[in-house]
Amino acid sequence: MKTVRGIPASYGVAIGPAFIYQRAALEIECRAIEDPAAELARLAVAQETARQQLELVFEKALVESGEEQAEIFKAQTMMLDDPELVGAVKKIVENDLTNVESALSDTIENYASMLEALDDEYLSARALDIRDVGSRLLRILLGVAESPTAGLAQPSIIIARDLTPSDTILLDKTFVLGFCTSKGGATSHTAILARGLGIPAVVGAGKKVRKVKNGTSMILDGDTGDVVIKPDEATLAEYLVRQEAFVRIRSKAAQVSDQPAVTLDGHRVEVVANIGSVEGARSALDAGAEGVGLLRSEFLYLERSSLPSEEEQYKSYKTISDAFGKLPVILRTLDIGGDKEVPYIDMPQEDNPFLGVRAIRLCLARPQLFKPQLRAALRAGHGNNLKLMFPMVATVDEVVQARALLEECRTELQAEGLPTAEEMEIGIMIEIPAAAIMADQLAEVVDFFSIGTNDLSQYTLAADRTNAQVAKIAAGFQPAVFRLIKQVIDAAHAKGKWVGLCGEMAGEILAIPILLGLGLDEFSMNPPAVPYAKLLIRSISMEKCREVAAEALNQSSSDKIRALVQEMVPEVNLGE
Amino acid sequence: MPEKTVIVTHKVGLHARPASVFVQTASKFASDISVTCEERTANAKSILTVLTLGAHQGAEITIKAEGEDAQEALDTLVALVEDNFGEGT
Repeated sequence: MKTVRGIPASYGVAIGPAFIYQRAALEIECRAIEDPAAELARLAVAQETARQQLELVFEKALVESGEEQAEIFKAQTMMLDDPELVGAVKKIVENDLTNVESALSDTIENYASMLEALDDEYLSARALDIRDVGSRLLRILLGVAESPTAGLAQPSIIIARDLTPSDTILLDKTFVLGFCTSKGGATSHTAILARGLGIPAVVGAGKKVRKVKNGTSMILDGDTGDVVIKPDEATLAEYLVRQEAFVRIRSKAAQVSDQPAVTLDGHRVEVVANIGSVEGARSALDAGAEGVGLLRSEFLYLERSSLPSEEEQYKSYKTISDAFGKLPVILRTLDIGGDKEVPYIDMPQEDNPFLGVRAIRLCLARPQLFKPQLRAALRAGHGNNLKLMFPMVATVDEVVQARALLEECRTELQAEGLPTAEEMEIGIMIEIPAAAIMADQLAEVVDFFSIGTNDLSQYTLAADRTNAQVAKIAAGFQPAVFRLIKQVIDAAHAKGKWVGLCGEMAGEILAIPILLGLGLDEFSMNPPAVPYAKLLIRSISMEKCREVAAEALNQSSSDKIRALVQEMVPEVNLGE
Repeated sequence: MPEKTVIVTHKVGLHARPASVFVQTASKFASDISVTCEERTANAKSILTVLTLGAHQGAEITIKAEGEDAQEALDTLVALVEDNFGEGT
């Protein structure tokens, strides 16, 4: 048995044999021709055939997977007729006297790499579209049939590098249990298609998954992103039970996703989402999130070669916060260093980066890096409910310094005549034990706290969560961490401030009753977890949660806490 | 040759459906039509070049038309962008 982890892209559990989906590579030869007109006539015929094919595929997609997926083929039809594309091919054929296949293949690759170079998730997906159109035309020109699914004769988990729209629509869905791709992100075609069909999917699972052989027994967990290859019997049995329960729970959760998170005895909390991109805003709203509890600003800084400008940041923050209207969106300022490196920011080599110059420490040390982000946030917060939060705060002094810089930016913007947020709530992440211990003092200088349990656990237990040998020690539910959380919430409430939690713990069903009982005001989680959290919160009472929380703090281990919740709160099984 | 600069207000920018509608509308005219955004210029009838402009929400684009129906083409396209690609504001 082997488990790899990818990105969860569509909820649910799939269990079954693997099917490797692979297209035979097209052999494109480059040869000299004498009659360019005849060559271009072949292209025109191929275009017409492709147009007819796309028309059929469009109809099929409309019926099978809805408008969003079908629109992709409409867009592909436009690419097929694109005057610049056709013009470029024509020029190569006429000037170089080469065959149309070679000219077409080069031109397509040219446009695809241009789109990819723009470094935008949406445009990368269009690069896949143009390649899809190109290979459709080339297959027609070369007379190659498309049958990558030959041999798919039983319901299977489809494994591929990344699926193109044509691939996904060609598949006979009655034979698809789930999708697993080695590449791609949460907004790839595969992910959109899987969600549309309600089929589990894990994307970006890495090269290992493509090494499995056809027919290998597999489990795909679309909730966590886990892919289990050759599961043992115990694991298989566990997942079979989950799979059946999942189907029932999913339909119940979907019914309450747009309802408020109120306990049976009328205590209301906020259920919000963690996102890290402009696209994430959409999936958070769709999932029923009542705002954003953690907007990771790193998406603007990673995977590029230079700093994002103030203007670029402003636009992204504005687009996201405007999408939520009056609902809160909490922007976390740049959290790099530690395990997140940015090549164009010169950071000294550190022996112990997790204890080094990261996050707020780096930003305070380099105002030229920090100020454009603060200015962009102040501008973007005009006319909506954007809040700002500083990560990795250890001392009161750091907050004072950061707030002073923020005020400096505000004064500058006002002098420049630019509109800024009138009142912006300022908070901090509580992820260093010192901050948890000093919460009463910190509450004096901020409007809210958001507890980052992933880092708080690793620093409290002195266990690196990226080191497999000790990661288990830092994995949630430690009584020490719950005690710190209680201390933080009590200290904040005593000063009239509110507390959220944006670590993985907020979306863990077993942790929710304890956190509720401790008085947590806001739960921030990955969007797919939102409906489930609401379902649970709406089925339990605050009174019961307070009892569980009090008991949990007196347990000696994380296993005992889990067992306690299972025993005292049967509602954690979500009605199963 | 008539030209005009407009701001893309649509939330997805000149991408996805707005880009398709824009290109389809431009293709109905006989004139040569170009669209420029931050020093990049595209053929308004070519979805591929329009996409590579990377015109996001708030981007300024300059539309130019040349040919027999140039003025009409320009007016129609400007109105389309200003009307948020037919989706209202």
